[in-house]
Amino acid sequence: MSQGRAVWGCQDLGVRYGGVVALEDVTLEVPAGSVAAVVGGDGAGKTTLLRALAGAVRPAAGVVLRPDERRLGYVSAGPGVWADLTVDENLSFAGRAYGLPAGELDRRTAALLERTDLASARDRLAGRLSGGMRQKLALAMAVLHRPDLLILDEPTTGVDPVSRAELWRLLASAAAGGAAVVVGTTYLDEAERAATVLVLDRGRALLAGTPDEVLTATPGLVVEGPAKPEGVASWPRGARWRAWSPDGPAPPGTSPVAPDLEDAVIVAQLRQALRRAA
Amino acid sequence: MSAGGPPLASAQGATKRFGELLAVDQVDLTVTPGEVVGLIGANGAGKTTLIRMLLGLLLPTAGRIRLFGEPPSRRTRARLGYVPQSLGLYEDLTVAENLAFSAAAFGSAGADLEGELAEQRDALVRDLPLGLRRRAAFAIALSHHPDLLVLDEPTSGVDPLQRARLWETIRATATDGAGVLVTTHHLSEAEQCDRLVVLANGRVAAAGTLAEVVGDTTAAEVRTPSWEAAFTALDAAGLPVSLVGRALRVPGADPDAVRRLLADAGVPAQVTTVAASFEETFVVLAAA
Repeated sequence: MSQGRAVWGCQDLGVRYGGVVALEDVTLEVPAGSVAAVVGGDGAGKTTLLRALAGAVRPAAGVVLRPDERRLGYVSAGPGVWADLTVDENLSFAGRAYGLPAGELDRRTAALLERTDLASARDRLAGRLSGGMRQKLALAMAVLHRPDLLILDEPTTGVDPVSRAELWRLLASAAAGGAAVVVGTTYLDEAERAATVLVLDRGRALLAGTPDEVLTATPGLVVEGPAKPEGVASWPRGARWRAWSPDGPAPPGTSPVAPDLEDAVIVAQLRQALRRAA
Repeated sequence: MSAGGPPLASAQGATKRFGELLAVDQVDLTVTPGEVVGLIGANGAGKTTLIRMLLGLLLPTAGRIRLFGEPPSRRTRARLGYVPQSLGLYEDLTVAENLAFSAAAFGSAGADLEGELAEQRDALVRDLPLGLRRRAAFAIALSHHPDLLVLDEPTSGVDPLQRARLWETIRATATDGAGVLVTTHHLSEAEQCDRLVVLANGRVAAAGTLAEVVGDTTAAEVRTPSWEAAFTALDAAGLPVSLVGRALRVPGADPDAVRRLLADAGVPAQVTTVAASFEETFVVLAAA
């Protein structure tokens, strides 16, 4: 932790691939000691944003604020480990890449193997680990050198709830130690745990703020009823239906409910589709 | 919603042993017409083995599996639609070719493609965004009007609006009288199901509606001016602590024990007991 309350992130960031706009006008602030979630589906721009924060993509516009690359930890989507190396070898390879002295590397490796429950698997090839264990190894490799900024691209995709809880505990522990943590995810129930949320849609910020701010800013009324209501945009929730009434009141047969983040994003996507159509 | 009637699929005391490993241990499960049942479990909990037995790909070591009232066979396979997590599409064929291929295999008339999927009918599957690939896989699985639809994490990786549209299709299929079995471990999908069956270590750890599964499981919620110190103390004690915004939660923990730990560490905190979330309940069930 070189700085007490450093703020990392980006301002008005734009990224183009060839002529295609991948990101436009995206701003994200991640203070040291906090967790930010970047949410979006396939093609929303999550990976591009995280790669730009990690310095792997050159911005076409705007500014990226990131620490020196030796003070950065990055876990890409996908395997993120060397399948043909053992758990131990993966850790020592990563540690040497960050220039950790041998004694420090040994201490951190032992501590992280214990934390991640990987100690009994230390001689196993990484390619033979379960999805959850592989992600824990990738995360352990990224935090070996106690980075100031930790960037994780969908660390919990395909990971079961028990391993997912452990992964979130590990990244919260990095934040408790002073790191700024940015997590890409497609799951809004995960995003609800973060201090701030940035929802991307087609390369632009759709919603941003604390989870409470995002919910409070939802315009109009979100309602729920037993049947699909007529004349308003609706979506199923179990055997019941939720709907958005932009100007109120609640359509007949429905009553207002407190929206959750899933509802808030659906409403924002519906509004944007209306604006595009207009 | 017209759930009821004789079960489309049922497992009674279904057990599968691989050598020493008891993968599925006396599991009961039914899916009746009109209902969406969620099969929830961690990796290695026995979900995939149970699904393979229901599909007729594995024989149970003990217990009984019935599909449409008879043992799984090629005949029952024709009444079943299945979308694996990998989607099972031919990536080098177009959407229309995939549909035609499946219709030929099932001897069905095929189906009309709608909306954006119709516009992309001649696109290669591998060139489509994930949301459309998922919709194509659904359209194909539904094209022979199956009585039972089996879906593996059906909305993984897509955005909330696309997820809502996929669930609209799933719900409409159930309302038309089919039964749906969804395997998932995501809350957003579990919430969409009428009933859940939670597997842990090959056994049914809980079953019922989402509210029934969560039941009276609680979490200790910690509010403190210094969450970092509180987190470090609880984490070091080996508790399954999680950070939610700037508060901490410890599922299944005794609030007095949490208070004592924090007092010993000199961290000022307010500890209250709150209802556990679905995910927290799952972690508690899996650890039991």
